[in-house]
Amino acid sequence: MTFSIARLRLDSETLAIAFAAVLGLGLVFVAGFANASAVHDAAHDQRHAIAFPCH
Amino acid sequence: MTSRTLTGALIAGLVAGLLAAALNLWALTPLIQEAETFEGATVHVHEDGTEHVHEAAHSHEAAPEGLARSFGTVATTLVAYAGFGLLLGVGMATAARMGHAPGLRTGLLWGLGGFAAIQLAPAVGLPPELPGTASADLAARQMWWALCAASTATGLAALAFGRNAGVAALGVALVLLPHLLGAPQPPSHDGLVPPGLAAAFATRSLGVAALSWALLGALTGLLAQRAPRGALA
Repeated sequence: MTFSIARLRLDSETLAIAFAAVLGLGLVFVAGFANASAVHDAAHDQRHAIAFPCH
Repeated sequence: MTSRTLTGALIAGLVAGLLAAALNLWALTPLIQEAETFEGATVHVHEDGTEHVHEAAHSHEAAPEGLARSFGTVATTLVAYAGFGLLLGVGMATAARMGHAPGLRTGLLWGLGGFAAIQLAPAVGLPPELPGTASADLAARQMWWALCAASTATGLAALAFGRNAGVAALGVALVLLPHLLGAPQPPSHDGLVPPGLAAAFATRSLGVAALSWALLGALTGLLAQRAPRGALA
């Protein structure tokens, strides 16, 4: 019983970590890589500042 | 513990992003605007050897200016650092589950590691550049940047947490790999941006990033540490 509860908690933590990883990568992609021109124009100075390849 | 660490990492990302955005507007944006006066300009050499620069009339006509431009910089810097924070939180939460408890000092080390992986190592191959600097194909540079960041981060993790010489050697190899492959370079480094301006920009960019990542890591560690021990979720 204890074991299975521990397993359950372990799995929800794994899910939380995986979700955070996907969300984090997504945010970095939008800020640094997304091609849409509205995103590019708003992010222009930030991309140069953080040295994401730009232009 | 895990979700407290991740939530704390997101908060730390927004705080570090505010610092980075303020430093960007103060130290970097003026250099970008100065460089834009050279971007798209052409050097006209006369037959007698004298030369002068024809400035581009409008190189960024569609780009936002003034307050809208500053707002874009602040907003997208927050987005970038929220992402960096989450990824750092993912690393720290994973390490915590393997017995490496997070804290202020370990967090600072994590932050410096993140700086090395996301900023310093990519800058070795692709120095932070101003508009108007000569550079290779964008997609190739983006690919190398992502490879370099991922490879350096994995390599540093292997060096930090590996328990034997084999893992450490793999770590060293992963850190060196992107530089052995080499970043895509332009055919020549000719550009119209003055070298002094480009040098100041690259140095300041790395300085701003180092400060922001140090704060990001330390704060993420501190917020994770404050989480009550044994608390569920």
